[in-house]
Parts: sequence; structure tokens; C-alpha cells
Amino acid sequence: MTFATFFNPTRQTRVLPGFNLALGYTLVYLSLMVLIPLSAVFIKSATLSWSEFWAVVSAPRVVATYQLSFGASLLAAAINAVFGLMLAWALVRYRFPGKKLIDALVDLPFALPTAVAGIALTALYAGNGWIGSLLEPLGIKVAFTPLGVLVALVFIGVPFVVRTVQPILEDLETELEEAAASLGAHRWQIFRRVLLPILLPALLTGFALAFARAVGEYGSVIFIAGNIPMISEITPLIIITKLEQYDYVGATAVAVVMLVFSFLMLLFINLLQAWSAKRTGRNR
Amino acid sequence: MAAVAGVLHARVDARRYETNAATREAPWVRRLILGAALSFFVLFLLMPLLAVFAEALRKGWFTYVTALTDPDALSAIYLTLLVAAIAVPLNLVFGVVAAWTIAKFEFRGKRFLTTLIDLPFSVSPVIAGLIFVLLFGAQGWFGDWLFEHDIKIIFAVPGLVLATVFVTFPFVARELIPLMEAQGREEEEAAVVLGANGWQIFWRVTLPNIKWGLLYGVILCNARAMGEFGAVSVVSGHIRGQTNTLPLHVEILYNEYNFAAAFAVASLLALLAMVTLGLKSVIEWKANQGVTATD
Amino acid sequence: MSIQVEHIHKTFGQFVALDQVSVNFPDGALTALLGPSGCGKTTLLRVIAGLETADSGRVILDGEDASSTHVRQRQVGFVFQHYALFRHLTVFENVAFGLRVRPRRTRPKEAEIRLRVHRLLDLVQLDPLANRFPTQLSGGQRQRVALARALAVEPKVLLLDEPFGALDAQVRKELRRWLRRLHDELHITSLFVTHDQEEALEVADRVVLMHRGRVEQVGTPTEVYEHPASPFVYGFLGAVNTFHGRIDGTHLRVGEATLPHDGDAIHQGADAVGFTRPHELEIVTDLATPHGIEVILDRILTFGASARVELDSLPDADGRGEPTHYEVILPREKVDALGLVEGQRVRLVPSRIHVFPNQTA
Repeated sequence: MTFATFFNPTRQTRVLPGFNLALGYTLVYLSLMVLIPLSAVFIKSATLSWSEFWAVVSAPRVVATYQLSFGASLLAAAINAVFGLMLAWALVRYRFPGKKLIDALVDLPFALPTAVAGIALTALYAGNGWIGSLLEPLGIKVAFTPLGVLVALVFIGVPFVVRTVQPILEDLETELEEAAASLGAHRWQIFRRVLLPILLPALLTGFALAFARAVGEYGSVIFIAGNIPMISEITPLIIITKLEQYDYVGATAVAVVMLVFSFLMLLFINLLQAWSAKRTGRNR
Repeated sequence: MAAVAGVLHARVDARRYETNAATREAPWVRRLILGAALSFFVLFLLMPLLAVFAEALRKGWFTYVTALTDPDALSAIYLTLLVAAIAVPLNLVFGVVAAWTIAKFEFRGKRFLTTLIDLPFSVSPVIAGLIFVLLFGAQGWFGDWLFEHDIKIIFAVPGLVLATVFVTFPFVARELIPLMEAQGREEEEAAVVLGANGWQIFWRVTLPNIKWGLLYGVILCNARAMGEFGAVSVVSGHIRGQTNTLPLHVEILYNEYNFAAAFAVASLLALLAMVTLGLKSVIEWKANQGVTATD
Repeated sequence: MSIQVEHIHKTFGQFVALDQVSVNFPDGALTALLGPSGCGKTTLLRVIAGLETADSGRVILDGEDASSTHVRQRQVGFVFQHYALFRHLTVFENVAFGLRVRPRRTRPKEAEIRLRVHRLLDLVQLDPLANRFPTQLSGGQRQRVALARALAVEPKVLLLDEPFGALDAQVRKELRRWLRRLHDELHITSLFVTHDQEEALEVADRVVLMHRGRVEQVGTPTEVYEHPASPFVYGFLGAVNTFHGRIDGTHLRVGEATLPHDGDAIHQGADAVGFTRPHELEIVTDLATPHGIEVILDRILTFGASARVELDSLPDADGRGEPTHYEVILPREKVDALGLVEGQRVRLVPSRIHVFPNQTA
């Protein structure tokens, strides 16, 4: 089967030009820049036997990083789900001064380089920082503790929930709420029984996106984390550490664990978005 | 994930919710939600941004300017611009071609291809750097061959470019695919019937219709390209004045406890972020003008 | 330019959109492709244009096989259902597009382009709006721009996909007359797709009726309306009353009643369905009349010059089954003259009834 007949089983002559060239270019560039390099991780890790692989990825120091990375990421995504929903709600439904500016700044974590975010958050939450100095007397230390990791992960996850929920909220017909109200539902009941079920797929999608991003995040975390082994060390940092010790195989083994997790999350997010599209009748 | 960062969307006027008894909360509930949302915003978004500038200017303007005119800083600025100037056009061309393929034609495996294009978004930046070290590093697949031919990729500019292309790979394509799919192919078909050839269709019909979406994708792509830290950190080797981009320069200064200088350089990147967000708002406004005029 | 399609077959996956379709479209005629949605009419139009490729069969333009000719070379003008106007170009530039994209040697000079575009815009009465953008036009105006744009390349055939589909009723009527006049002026071979039988019968010289990917009938509006070739065509072209019965000599026997039919060659004793239009039924108050079917008058609706009378068949002997509804249209005076009242029993006598073999039996 040739290239063209595989992708074009009906052999329909196409009216618009450039299909073969465009598809060919897309596949070649994608393979060269993404697929082949990514496959290097799996091929490299295959030089390890299963027991060697297991020994690397289940070493206590590595397991401690999983616990921190996944735990803090889950918690950060949950915080973002709650406050992101409120922020999206406020941006769509309320009028207040500075709304346009706030709406624009929601995307700051996408636009601000992670290293900048990292040092800025550290400066804020360090013992002598604007916020850290308020928390210190209460006995709460944020910078250079796992709590600092959480703060950084909340920061980078902000836009995900807001930007997935916001468009759904904007598209909602007010008739739904009017109908519910005319049937005697209270505001809370309307939210709980009418709005939340509609928003849920988007909310979950935003949550999953924030979670997936947080697990892989590096730049904004390492400055505030303190990077103390077994306590405040994240999984991406372990990869860097192993690389700096020229332990390429070890770094690759941990990378495989993270990649498999990423692929599962990608699959899960795709399913969520398909569900969301079905639920709301919106196409992505 | 760019599906979140992008997709031009019109904003609706909130007044219609506030004046409707069925969509309005009790005043105390409203105050609670608004209060919580705004506190969250101030705590996690506004204060970090302000902190950058406050810390940068803590030691005064002289220190600030000195930090930015330091030869190492200047070479970092140059390198950052150079890397973006190579990586962004590459992904721009790819994005347009991929979106044309996916949005204008039907073929087997289309959804799967779209997912593959998204892949780099779900890979940790650290892994994005690692894969190129595995390929081109001293112990990598092509390590010996590169050494024999005296070509340096890792710990050199080509590595920075590769890592940057990888992490910014989906930005333009992800922005254009939904846009072009929504526009359908009727206008292109009309152009064919009227005798236009491939280039004429693209330049005269397709491109004018996607220009705002394209610009939007390019701006986001550029912001990430100039600001990428994790991936380039792995492949750079942190050689001052040679393989240091701006974010890496920030890290070096910070780790030397030269906080004022670190924040001065960081403020430059924060400015870039604000310009990006500003342009993004302008583009959204422009694009929505076009949309609302249609109705 | 004449168009012939021969044995065109086209499937989309499992769905057969066109099933061995063969039709001739004579030179200079305005032909309507008429049928319900999903009947394949738009697909046929797109195959003729070259926007869609048939799985098998030939498209012959002007006596020459054009099946493998690219749409760019077919010299067809195509008007899209949603107009497909270029949103970023003005009305003028939309119309000029086809001329501007020509290779340099055949491209008219700028002055010539201006002249031709303005002449076309005059023709569609839109010259004053030449500098507007499509978004600033009404639906009817956009439709006319789309038409002018298609005509600018001097096509030999004009193909229109549901040209009035997206317009409201008033504008629709106006544009229909206008399209007819335009065709009479230009005499360009034209095909338009529609699902509206009134539109097809009113505007076209010839009607091609399609159903489930096949051509049911081809003819002038009068031919297809007066002599429908199939039960489907009968039903599709207007309101119709049906009588299920059995052929008995020159009559259709429906239960106890006999109805004289126009005697097509259906063999004696066969199950058959009689079709008759609402104005082809007479109401007879004398129940002793030998022919016709006895029914109960349900409702009389009078508005305007004519009246619509709705009637129901008598309940079965055992009182089961839904009654059959009939509809009769007659002049208002007639209703008054007959002194009809609701609930009255009358006989229905068709002045003309056309029978087809009962295919469901």
C-alpha cells in the first residue's frame, strides 16, 4: 500500500491541492522533532534489565519524589479547581473594576518564564518576603519546604481550570436557570443540580490539565523547593541530578515512568474532552 | 493544552446575569465568591508579578541598568533572540502546514495525528531536554559521529534550538486547527471553481481568514520559546556568555546570590510576558470584532 | 453548453448517495434538481462541478468527457448554499477574484476588470454597494454577490446549490423571479438544487426529481405535476389524497365503493393505490350516487377565494383502525351552494384519479 492510498482509502481525487505534500511534510517534521527523539528514551531504557529498571525507579529517594510530585500536584490541581471555578464565575457573571486586566493576567503563568515565576515566588514566601514575613510568626514556613512546592504548582496551574470552564459558562443559556427557578429551585439547588453537572466535564478537564502540567513542572519549583532529598525534591529534579552525575540510564528510567504517566494523562484528557464536547454540544 | 491557552473567544456582558433574578446570587454569596476569587488572584498572580519589579529595583536604577548592560546579560539577550528567531519560524511553517492538512482534508488517522502533535505539551520540559542529550550527547546515539566530525549540538546553540522547537512544537498548529476546521472549506472550494491555484488559494483566501489566529499562536509560541527554562537548562551546559539564554542567566545570577541582578534580568522577561498578554488581548479584541460583525 | 451524466455512482461509506444516475441537461435550459434532503441532488451538482468525484460513471460537458477534468478547467460557475463569500474582500473584490487569479497572459487589464465587475454588479443591482464587505450585506444581497462572482468568469454552466435556502420567504419569492429573468437574459445552461417543489415548478424549464439517489422523473413542470411517474413524485409535488384498493375493470374498488380511474395498464384484480389532488375531488351530497366513497365531513376551513374541506372515512364495521383523512379544495361559493355542514355524510367523487400498483403489498 502506498503512502497516498493508506491515508486516502477512498482514493477520492481531492479538489483542494497540496494534500500529499502537506501530509508528508507534517509527518516527517513530526517524526524528526518529536517521535524519534521521544523514542530514544524508551530505547535507551531497554538497555536495562527489568530488575535493574525496577531498582532505579523504586529507590527510596526516587519514590519520595513521586510522593511529593504527584501529591503536591493533585492538591494544587484541586485548589485550582475550586478557586479557578470561582474566578471563572466572577469573570463571566460579575462586573467589577479591573475585570479586563484580571482576565488578561489569568494567562500570566503561560506567558511568564517559569524561572522568573520561581524566583518571584521564593522572594514572596521566604522568611523576609512580603507574604513569608506574615506567615513566619504563625509558625508557617513555605519557602524551602514541600508547602513551597505546592505554592509554585498552584501558580502554574491557574489558567487551566479558568480557561476550560470560562467558555462553557459563557455559552450557558440563561433559560436553563430561569426554567429551574420557575420550577421552584433555590439558587444553590440550581447550581448543584443544573449548572455543576454541565460544568463538570470542563472542570475535570481543567483539573487534569493542571495536574499533568504540575507533575512535569521544573522551573518554577526548584527555586522555592529547597530541593532537600527525601523531603522537598521533585521527580524532574531527580532526572537532572542523575544527568549531572552522568547516570544517563538512571535518568532515562525515571523519565520512562514520567512519560508513561504523561501518555495516560493525555489519553484520559482526550476522553474527558470528548465527554465534555458531547455533554455541552460544543466542539473543541 | 494550548487548547486552553488559546482559542479566540468572545466575552459576554455580565450585566445580563446581574439583572436577571434567576441567574443572580444573594449579595453575600456574590461578595464571598468575588472576595475569594480576587484574593486568589492577588495572592498567586498579581503579587509574584509585582515582586519581580520590586526586587529588581530594590537596589536602585543604577544596579538595575548595570545588570542589564553586563556583557553576559547582553549575550544572553542575543542568544535568546537568536533561538526564538529560528525556532518560532520553524514551528510557524509546521503549524500552518499541519493545520491545512488536518482541517481541509479527510483522511484516516486524523484524530490520532492531532493527538501526536499535542504530545510535547504533556512531556516534562526536563525530559524534552533529556531526549536530545540521549541522541546527540557525548554518550548519545550520534555522539561519536558528531565528535569525529567536530559538530557540537549539546552544550551548544543547536541543542538549545532543538529543545526549544520541541517544547513550542504544538503552539501554532493547536491554535489554527480548530479555527480552520470551524471555517470549513467552502471559501477555498469557491476559489478553486473560480480558477485559483494552490498558492493563490492559500495567500488570497486562507491566510487572510486565519491571520489573527496565526498571530495569536506565534505570540504564545514566542513567549514560551524565549522563556523556556527546564529543557534548555538540560542541553545548555550553562556556559556563561556562550550557551546562556535569559532564563538560564537569571538562574546563575540567583544561585550566586546576586538577587538584584537576577531580578533585573527577570524583569525583562516579565515585561515580555506582559507585552505578550497585552498583544493577546488586542488580538482577541480584533478577532472578535470580525466575528461579531458577521452576525 | 449541454451536460450529460452517465451512470454516475457515488457512495459515502455505506451510504449510496447516487445510484447509477443518468440525465441529460439540454443547452440553455434552467433545470431544477428537486428532491427531499438526502436524495443526492447536491452530490450530483457537486459531481458535475468537479467538487466531488464519482466512484464510477461519466460527466460529459459539451459532448466531451470531463470526468477527469479538474474543477478549475471545467468552466462552471458555482453558487454555494451559504454563498462562501470571501469575508476579507469587498463585494467588488469578491466579484473580481476569478479574473485576478488568472495567469498573467489571460488576465484582463485592470481597467477591463473594473468594467466587467461593475457591469456585473449593475446586473445584480448591487453597484452602489461595491465597497462593502460581505458581513455588511443582507442575505439576499450576499446571494446576488455570489451569483455575480460566479458569472464573472464567464462560465458555460451555472450551478446553484439551494440558492434560496437560507433566505426568508419574502426575499425568496423576489429572488426567484429575478433569477428567472436573469436566465432569460443570459440563456446560460443552469442547474439549481432545491427541496421546495413550488420553487422548482415556478422557476425551472425542466425538473429532475430525485429520490434516494435515483432519478424518479424528468420533465417540464407541467408534465411532472400533471403526470407524475411514481407515487413518490405524486406525494412530493403537492397535497394528495390516496385510496387503497383493488383494480376492478375501469374502477378502483375501495371497500364497497367504486372510483373510476384513468385506466393505466395495471392488471385486473391487482392491489393498487389511487392518487388524486385536493382540487380533483368533488363532494356530492346525494348519497345515492353510484360512484364515490362515503365519508364524514370533519371541518370546513374558509379563507380567501377557496375553501378547504377535511373529511374522514367511515369507521370500520368493527370500529377499529384509524380513519383515513381526505382533503378537498373547492371554490367558496360551492361550499355555500352545497350547504355543507360539519358532521354531515357525503360522497367523494374524483374527477381524475391516477393508480399505481401497491408496492407495499
